[in-house]
Amino acid sequence: MDLQIALLLGQDGITNGAIYALLSLALVLVFAVTRVIFIPQGEFVAYGALTLASFQAGKLPGTLWLLVGVGIAVAMVDLMAAVRARQRRRIPRIIGWNLVYPALAAGLIFALNPAELPLLAQILLSLILVVPLGPMIYRLAFQPLAEASVLVLLIVAVGVHFAMVGLGLLFFGAEGSRTPAFSDGSLSLGSLTVNAQTLWVLGSSLCLIVVLAYFFERTIYGKALRATAMNRTGARLMGISTVMAGKLSFLLASLIGAFSGILIAPITTVYYDTGFLIGLKGFVGAIVGALSSYPLAALGALLVGLLEAFSSFWASAFKEVIVFTLIIPVLVWLSLTTHHVEEEE
Amino acid sequence: MSPRLLIAGFVLLLLVAPHLVSEFHVTLLNYIGLYSIVAVGLVLLTGVGGLMSFGQAAFVGLGGYATAYLTTATSLPAWLAMFGGSPWMGLLAGIILTATVALLLGLLTLRLSGHYLPLGTIAWSISLYFLFGNLEFLGGHTGIAGIPALDLFGLPLKDSRKFYYLIWVVVLLAVWLTINLLDSREGRAIRALKGGAIMAEAMGVDTARSKLVIFLIAALFGCISGWLYAHLQRFVNPTPFSLNMSIEYLFMAVLGGAAHVWGAVLGAGVITVLKQWLQDWLPKLLGASGNFEMIVFGLLMIFVLQRARDGLWPILARWVPWQGAQRRVAEAAALPRKSLPEAGTVLLEARNVVKRFGGLVANNNMNLSVRAGEIMALIGPNGAGKSTMFNCVSGVDRATDGEVLFCGRAVTRLDSREIARLGMSRTFQHVRLLPTMSVLENAAIGAHMRGSKGVIQALLHLERTEERQLLVEAARQVERVGLGGSMFEAAGSLALGQQRTLEIARALCADPCLLLLDEPAAGLRYMEKQALAELLRKLRGEGMGILLVEHDMDFVMGLADRVVVMEFGEKIAEGLPEEVQRNPAVIEAYLGGVE
Repeated sequence: MDLQIALLLGQDGITNGAIYALLSLALVLVFAVTRVIFIPQGEFVAYGALTLASFQAGKLPGTLWLLVGVGIAVAMVDLMAAVRARQRRRIPRIIGWNLVYPALAAGLIFALNPAELPLLAQILLSLILVVPLGPMIYRLAFQPLAEASVLVLLIVAVGVHFAMVGLGLLFFGAEGSRTPAFSDGSLSLGSLTVNAQTLWVLGSSLCLIVVLAYFFERTIYGKALRATAMNRTGARLMGISTVMAGKLSFLLASLIGAFSGILIAPITTVYYDTGFLIGLKGFVGAIVGALSSYPLAALGALLVGLLEAFSSFWASAFKEVIVFTLIIPVLVWLSLTTHHVEEEE
Repeated sequence: MSPRLLIAGFVLLLLVAPHLVSEFHVTLLNYIGLYSIVAVGLVLLTGVGGLMSFGQAAFVGLGGYATAYLTTATSLPAWLAMFGGSPWMGLLAGIILTATVALLLGLLTLRLSGHYLPLGTIAWSISLYFLFGNLEFLGGHTGIAGIPALDLFGLPLKDSRKFYYLIWVVVLLAVWLTINLLDSREGRAIRALKGGAIMAEAMGVDTARSKLVIFLIAALFGCISGWLYAHLQRFVNPTPFSLNMSIEYLFMAVLGGAAHVWGAVLGAGVITVLKQWLQDWLPKLLGASGNFEMIVFGLLMIFVLQRARDGLWPILARWVPWQGAQRRVAEAAALPRKSLPEAGTVLLEARNVVKRFGGLVANNNMNLSVRAGEIMALIGPNGAGKSTMFNCVSGVDRATDGEVLFCGRAVTRLDSREIARLGMSRTFQHVRLLPTMSVLENAAIGAHMRGSKGVIQALLHLERTEERQLLVEAARQVERVGLGGSMFEAAGSLALGQQRTLEIARALCADPCLLLLDEPAAGLRYMEKQALAELLRKLRGEGMGILLVEHDMDFVMGLADRVVVMEFGEKIAEGLPEEVQRNPAVIEAYLGGVE
């Protein structure tokens, strides 16, 4: 290996690592706020990428029907709850978000011809379809079990993952897709050529991280999420709705997931089930951060990206084995530093 | 109808089934059997123990690949040569390999909080899948073919109808062993893992070991299922050992009824048949081919967990009019008792104990001592730090500074389990019982340290004499505290005051020399308090030392030999009950000062 290859691999590693870092942040966030180990995180990556690819191929993405269907389901559940609790005031909001919004999205897509729109508009349309699925899935799958144990929530997460992968296959088929790069060209830094998509990935990830940091530090909703993560009961006593916190954290997770998918779609071919492995690599990063520290999780994810890039050079067949074995030293370290009997919830 | 009769009927049905159904259905039954073995292990691990593994299919794979490689390889490396050629040696090698891996994984993850095991096993399961697929000597993604048929006492098991019997004998064995294990001393420790770990540790149970045991058993069940699979199919490749299959095993256990051993067999049956059916119909319905049954399974899991979290088994069981479970404690010799220290010996001495939680000082330079044959009361207003002191002394929590001596030994750094072994037993202010277990079984957890028979004996029920002794002791203590009438009721159905009393019975089962009682009289009626006071006096008379936290002043002052008063984490008074009652600092703490 010479310097040239090392730089190239390093660039690859950092690009993928940035994506894993975004995902690991979302995983830590969702776990802290809702105690859900969010296995389906990766499915949002695949949905985001494949929805964009469908638009570009001039096809109607199946995620549109999913949004409409899930919206109807949420509306039914919420309307029943609202009528039973005699909270008529909530009805317009429920109808608005769960029935009107998907209908508008569908109308927009039928009215425009997405294949001929500029890339930015296509990306926006993809996000419009995929991102609301996050809070809707929270409403249907997790909210009724919000007080259940981590174990039960994890099994539900696995159930959601299974259903979403199966639906992904139904919507997008077994063939993978790749989207064109956001912009052509590359940047030369001495002997290193950095291609444009890498810059897009790094720049967007960095922007997103800065926005998230601002959101958590400075806005009332961000602070509400942090409060819920620290102490659910305490936050509720202070008037923070845990339902709102749950939906908001899922919204951020689906946004981060779908956006990551859109970012990597030009770099790698995305299949309906690709998201799972990508999401799990985010998990490895999150575990490095012990599922609680954001900066450590992001660093861990970068490490995963680099390790993956370099092992694909030396032992490409064993790339996944090496990446997933990374958690063993982390677990050793964690188990040597923790020593107390904990009560499982 | 008795459960025995039902099981006999089920076994009879299993016996005749292969003669009644087609070849295709025999194959289906074979798969149900293979999956059941794995699912039974998961019931033990997940349903009962509250641990979750996504690595079960990988353990199945270890069992399958071990025998596949060893029975087909033409030239084995020298150190493996002794395992070559025979399926039975393949099984042995698989078991050794699986046990080693499970032990390592378990040691790594089981000390961490609960979600590291599933995440660790996901990673391990993916790693192993890619290893199977990429190692040349394991045939890569094409796998290994030409695995020899099993030979049972000279009878070759070549067709699936013959193999059927072997599989189902193993299923029944796995069920029998698991039910045996759960109905034993070790089994009670395992059942305490979910929601009772702190209590179990304080009763001397090594919970980390119990977790490791069930993880190991579940992994070995997987390995055996894989070994059977390899010799039934005579071919292995990586696909059936993927993470998705691990998830399906988990679904089987959850759907069947994660806490019921027979539920595993039910779940395996339902999922297998449903999968077969969905794989036939869904592609036709949707006009595309693919594993669309995943969608249904995923949604089904969400629905089951939201609407019927205990799975299908309890729903089915409701239709069967069981004859009530055994409601009699057999007779057995009494357990040997430890001799109590002579009255007046100092049992417990806390010196300058400090406990900080971040910036909050919950205990500051606390000193107290308890002697054998006396009742020492620790009183103080709410939030004075009494329960924290209790936790520091009993090892449930660790003091930040200071020293605790018990029977002359420094125990400050010991775990609650080790302190319990030295003869200290306690109750909890917030009752820590296992609500679905019977009163008798809850008390019997307290006697854990007085038994010695291990997991192997429990699996085979070779420890029945000791088990009867433990139960007799538990029954004796339950009657002693006055709960004899509710011996076989679920502990969760008792009134709160009675639950506290049951905690005392459990603590007494440990045969302690020092008893720590955290608000034992709260929630009791007048007559019950009288009876409790009488019991404590009797225990004191026998030479036991008792440390008591209590709010009921009448109760304390009539009972205690000495009293320590705490306020804001510090000791403000100590002495005889009547001295303390006159102490101005105490009066101020309780009633406020006079301006």
